Amino acid sequence: MQAALKPGRANPVYPFRAPADLDGRERHYPVCVVGAGPVGLAAAIDLKLRGVDVLLVDEDDTVSTGSRLICLAKRTLEILARLGIGPELAAKGVVWNRGKVFHGDELVYAFDLLPEEGHRWPAFINIQQYYVEEYLVDRARSLGLNLRWKTRLTGTEDLGDGARVRVSTPEGGYSFTCDWLLACDGVRSTVRDGLGLPFRGRSFPDRFLIADVRMKSEFPAERRFWFDPPFHAGRSALLHKQPDDIWRIDLQLGPDADPEEETKLEKVVPRIRAMVGDETPFDVEWVSIYTFRCRRLERFRHGRIFFLGDAAHQVSPFGARGGNGGIQDADNLAWKLADTIAGRAGPALLDSYEAERIPAADENVLNSARSTDFMTPVGAAAQALRDAALSLARRHAFARRFVNSGRLSTPALLVDSPLSTPDEAGCADFGGPMQPGAAAMDAPLEDGWWLDRLDGGFAVLHFPGRGGNAPAHPEGIAMHCAGSDGLLAARYEGRPGTTWLFRPDQHVAARWRRFDAARIGAAVDRARGRP
Amino acid sequence: MNRADDIFAALVEAHRGLDEAESRRLDARLILLLANEVGDGERVLALVREACADTVEVENAGSVQSTGAPKKGDGG
Repeated sequence: MQAALKPGRANPVYPFRAPADLDGRERHYPVCVVGAGPVGLAAAIDLKLRGVDVLLVDEDDTVSTGSRLICLAKRTLEILARLGIGPELAAKGVVWNRGKVFHGDELVYAFDLLPEEGHRWPAFINIQQYYVEEYLVDRARSLGLNLRWKTRLTGTEDLGDGARVRVSTPEGGYSFTCDWLLACDGVRSTVRDGLGLPFRGRSFPDRFLIADVRMKSEFPAERRFWFDPPFHAGRSALLHKQPDDIWRIDLQLGPDADPEEETKLEKVVPRIRAMVGDETPFDVEWVSIYTFRCRRLERFRHGRIFFLGDAAHQVSPFGARGGNGGIQDADNLAWKLADTIAGRAGPALLDSYEAERIPAADENVLNSARSTDFMTPVGAAAQALRDAALSLARRHAFARRFVNSGRLSTPALLVDSPLSTPDEAGCADFGGPMQPGAAAMDAPLEDGWWLDRLDGGFAVLHFPGRGGNAPAHPEGIAMHCAGSDGLLAARYEGRPGTTWLFRPDQHVAARWRRFDAARIGAAVDRARGRP
Repeated sequence: MNRADDIFAALVEAHRGLDEAESRRLDARLILLLANEVGDGERVLALVREACADTVEVENAGSVQSTGAPKKGDGG
């Protein structure tokens, strides 16, 4: 008997509408985003919110098949909340802050990713990629974004001061030009291949089975990772809870597994049965076999063509660094492009996309490669070191730090960013994690959350001290004054005089121990890439 | 360091009767325990480099056609 997948909900279908461009007259658009995945949608919405006219094209007419990206990290949630889909994510997603690592059937250690209170968003929520995309599409439509489905990119020409793009649709092909092209078209990027850009890095020999399983289970909402579990001897396994009673199961299959054979339900079902036990009925919604690669483009910018997300860099899934890294790319580029188009920026601003996001991509590639190396040791020595770390970890706390089941995505610290203003003398007593280049830390206010105040422009946070007034500040910069009590003051070391400058993407641009409008103005100029 | 002969003898003795894989695991556990005793990560990394340098030296001394230091890296 041939068992069959039991798909759950039907994905929405977005109809193709024939655009006027099919008349053969070539039109021009300021910005074209290719690919309506989470990264392309985020970039397009962010640009639209900043007043930029965007055209978003996608070859398909629906959202992703299978859950794919499921772990949205805190920083991603903050970005998506700024883009306007926070309530939907909060209502649907499964919140988790804890992870557990097992060796055999023994718990090696547990960790809490968000050990402190006072943040709007948890360390992670799990949610299927198709929901994230659906919420973003709804948001894009409510903003009147120009979204074209069933529009497949067939050619890209770098014009130097823009690009010419050729597309095919169910009703024929057409071409258009644009000033800026954002390639968010994923790991098999057509834009990247069309320009002949090499995508180099490592590939890992092991194959992994990834499945969405629908079942009622008592497993808690936490990340569970097993090395050598009793139900899958000699290999690793990962379990994540998703909304709608869907569970993500990842099983390491080894390098010799036959992908065609292993995706047959006759093979998949017994593996899952061994994991969840005989009593729990389940259906398999989606299954896929992967090998993992860690690689990136050498440059993320080619003239007026930018690469974001998987089109620019690919990582193995351990650590949830793919989608979360890609969303941070969009967050980083959108305001820079908007300021450039509006004539508010110097030429250095767009250059800083690479200066900031290439190191972030390298950090993600490094961490996910190391996790994969730990899980799939190559050679007897690597295997022995891995096994030694696992066996010592049961009795020795120090050895737990060697155990690597994925180093989970954290917000990129934009070290040495050319946009950051270095601390001046008098700032030596700052000691907390907030520093130039860091993503702003949230804190509860009397009537909401701090990050909701950082809603898209440059902003200053100032602690005037008792009896102090809000000083005059540069025009066009939002000014927030706060008292010296409470978590906001604690997290921003807010003794009287303390002043922070935030960029439109909520990263810290500068900090001072006194308020000086001229210095703030100079730091804004620097953060806009103006000489 | 005191008791050098005792340490050397104990290390050799610890491997007696173990097969290749068991020996490797024993060494690996010992390396991680010792790394923890050293404590300073920079120092441990320097010791790893020192051990690698020693390998190059001995191997180069024994070979007629030296090809230089072995390429460290990601293995492809």
